Amino acid sequence: MVAPALDPEVQTNSTTIEGAIDYLVSARPDAVSPDSRDGYEGIIVAAGQLLEIARMIRDDLGFDYLSSATAVDYLGEGDHMEMVYHAYRTSGGGALVFKAQTDREQAEIPSLTSVWRGADFQEREAWDLYGIRFAGHPNLKRILMWEGFHGHPMRKDWREAYYEEEQKPFDSRWPGGHVHRSEEKNVFGKNVAYPPDIDLGRLMDTSETAVYQSLGLGVDVERIMDKDGFETNELVVNMGPHHPSTHGVFRMVLTVDGETVTSLAPVMGYLHRNHEKIGERNTYLHNIPFTDRLDYISSMGNNHGYVLAVEQLMSLGRRYNEPTYRCEALRVMMVELSRIVNHLWAIGFWLNDIGAFFTPVLYFIQERERILDFFEAVAGSRMMCNYMRFGGLFGDLPERIKSVSNLTNDRVRDYNTMQFLTEMINERIPRTIDELELLLTQNEILIERSMGVGVLSRDDAINFSAAGPLLRGSGVAYDIRRAEPYSIYPELDFDVAVEDEGDMYARYRVRVTELRESVRILRQILPRLEATKGESIWADGKPGAYAPRVPLGEAYGRVENGKGELGYYIVSAGGRNGSMNPWRYHVRAPSFINLTPMGVMCHGHKVADIVGILGSIDIVLGETDR
Amino acid sequence: MYGTGLAKGLMLTLRHFVESYVDDVRYGFRKYHHSTDNFGIRQGTKTKGVITVQYPDEKIAVPERFRFVPFLIIEDEDHPTRAGKDWCTSCGICAKVCPPQCIWIVRGNDPDTGRPVPEPEAFFIDIDICMNCGFCAEYCPFDAIKMDHDYELASYDRTTHHIHDKERLSKPNSYWRSIAPTRAYDEMLVRGTWEHKDAAKEARRGAASARGSAPQPAAQTEAETASAPAAAAEAPAATSEATAASAEGATPWSEDEAKREERRRKALERKAKRAARRGQ
Repeated sequence: MVAPALDPEVQTNSTTIEGAIDYLVSARPDAVSPDSRDGYEGIIVAAGQLLEIARMIRDDLGFDYLSSATAVDYLGEGDHMEMVYHAYRTSGGGALVFKAQTDREQAEIPSLTSVWRGADFQEREAWDLYGIRFAGHPNLKRILMWEGFHGHPMRKDWREAYYEEEQKPFDSRWPGGHVHRSEEKNVFGKNVAYPPDIDLGRLMDTSETAVYQSLGLGVDVERIMDKDGFETNELVVNMGPHHPSTHGVFRMVLTVDGETVTSLAPVMGYLHRNHEKIGERNTYLHNIPFTDRLDYISSMGNNHGYVLAVEQLMSLGRRYNEPTYRCEALRVMMVELSRIVNHLWAIGFWLNDIGAFFTPVLYFIQERERILDFFEAVAGSRMMCNYMRFGGLFGDLPERIKSVSNLTNDRVRDYNTMQFLTEMINERIPRTIDELELLLTQNEILIERSMGVGVLSRDDAINFSAAGPLLRGSGVAYDIRRAEPYSIYPELDFDVAVEDEGDMYARYRVRVTELRESVRILRQILPRLEATKGESIWADGKPGAYAPRVPLGEAYGRVENGKGELGYYIVSAGGRNGSMNPWRYHVRAPSFINLTPMGVMCHGHKVADIVGILGSIDIVLGETDR
Repeated sequence: MYGTGLAKGLMLTLRHFVESYVDDVRYGFRKYHHSTDNFGIRQGTKTKGVITVQYPDEKIAVPERFRFVPFLIIEDEDHPTRAGKDWCTSCGICAKVCPPQCIWIVRGNDPDTGRPVPEPEAFFIDIDICMNCGFCAEYCPFDAIKMDHDYELASYDRTTHHIHDKERLSKPNSYWRSIAPTRAYDEMLVRGTWEHKDAAKEARRGAASARGSAPQPAAQTEAETASAPAAAAEAPAATSEATAASAEGATPWSEDEAKREERRRKALERKAKRAARRGQ
């Protein structure tokens, strides 16, 4: 069906989100209605017309970028399943949130993969974890759990082995706490309910066909294997899950014709621990240290996104104070330092992947060590920083970065914090970036290896929901710090790094530019820290409560993390279902969604380039698998 | 010219190689000798070349805010009135804020009255589950649980060594003040006293009652014991200090060593008795 022609008068209004919603409601009153639930935003689309409306949203209204697609199970709160989509314009601005509801038992919603291919992995995840069928999805297979797993673990009525209680804190801990190990009480984790008809034997099927058919490669392994003699020239190659080039436990199944890759399917979930289910059991506060474990290279950024999302919700209620200016400045400083750590790490290990084994990466992580020393002195830990709190921080900067000796052979270091920071930001980091450029940017071997390899076109990058350097390396100047600014970014002076080529080298260039821009931001932060010296990091002067009041509603907090757009979608049930625990906690993981175009980028390249292309996307499996 | 970029990069590698020796010469080859000063050079912000730390022959001392598995603070053995007493009042907040729920507390009950006493009967932390986030220490209203600096906890058997009980967890207050002097000082400023919150409150209450009924001997002993913690407290307890001192004349900190020793022995006896009762 052809979408109704846009009335020019409506079009001018529809540049705003409200205008866009009004336009959709007035154009299709039969299919679209505003979401009027308390604390919710956006529109609810009738599931039958979802595909049509999605096309209107993309083509007529210009929301060309689907950031996040996720499901919520409203068991006991209306007893329906809901898919929530956040669409943005790559020219900047807020989200158009649209939702489609379906029955819990016969959950089915049309797939949006034909509109945004970036929905591919996210819909597979929703099918895997929530059991929503997506009609029209080209390859609706489980993605994080294995094929044959029974049940959909994110459903509210699904219970895992060693299940204890629906919500933390657990009653057994205090008072009258008792020490036990769950696995001692319950040796085989047999408190999981298996329905009688499950065929456990299916899990034992390790035949070639069973292993490969679920990948949706479109390859008939049997046929390839059964070809006569040595004439076979198409081969299935498994890279990973235990392979040094995959940066963790990650597997790529390639079919190769000689040395040339004809198709590729990423296989993930080896590090899956259902972070989101854990997050829904946790209280809001408990989740902060858990976010550190997502992208463990840049945990400060993870903290920031989560804290922003919960603060969005808290700001709807009473008794909430905005973080102070000093707090915001410290947050931005920490996040930018993490970005530097992340990019140094990403470039270093990408070079490992394409053959420059460990010399460059060791030069870069020498500087990373300094930054981690600083994190350790301020937040208490090098990588699992757990630094940000709702409306504040764990603590202000210490006067001195000083160690205390209490073990034998201890060696003590002692620096003035501001002096250390100034020296690091003004001298050491720029020096490292200069060295990095001297070593790599003009290096002919690097240029020949990376130029024109792993190309992702501009349109594909947007359509595949690519984010971060992957998106900006393809000529899309989309940086959330500018497109939808948060914290004190609006007043800071920096440029969005962008390169047009879309190949590995362009991504490298984007990262180098971002390193320099981060230093530029940090140089602006230093005088702000000096100016606010002595100011409290908490608005009312005292630390926030451990059980903050989070009112009813939904929030999507997103930040530009080193790897791309990191978003947290949080639904609060208010006081009704445990005031301390989120009803829904979803992580829009850039490492996960950036893998969606992997197959397209690798097509036609040599096996040795695949490793480099994966390295240039820059994934961390803690975040990919969640 | 083709290859210049490559050559420049290789020159950088060469420079790093040479620099490590130049740096050695500059500091007279003492960078690697075991002493804190030399270590400061090697790990300093200006060094070039080799910065490696020869673990375990040498270790980088951790900063004050460093956090590893928590421990419980008990009063020092030489504390005049509360020697060996827990700072923990078993309020349970640490167990509630613990993200992986690795803390178990059994609240103590008075054996005679059956009413809860502000002291944990038992306290367990499963260090295999602990994620070292530091929330317990951050949200403890009594500053009774702190994050340790001792990160070398490897053992041969996880089933017997990795659940820390109260005995294993307890460390004296002086230990905390030695590993984190600045933080201990900041906490003192917030509390208003070097003493435990409750002890300071008792001291103030005791001093007030002493002022009201100075001539009675019973009140005098009360004031005597109670004003001991107030001695260490700064501004808030200054007036009660003066009152107590004038009421009795001899203050606990001017007592002779024998008397103090006697008091300490009694406190330890009481503690042993409590422990024995618990054992039954």
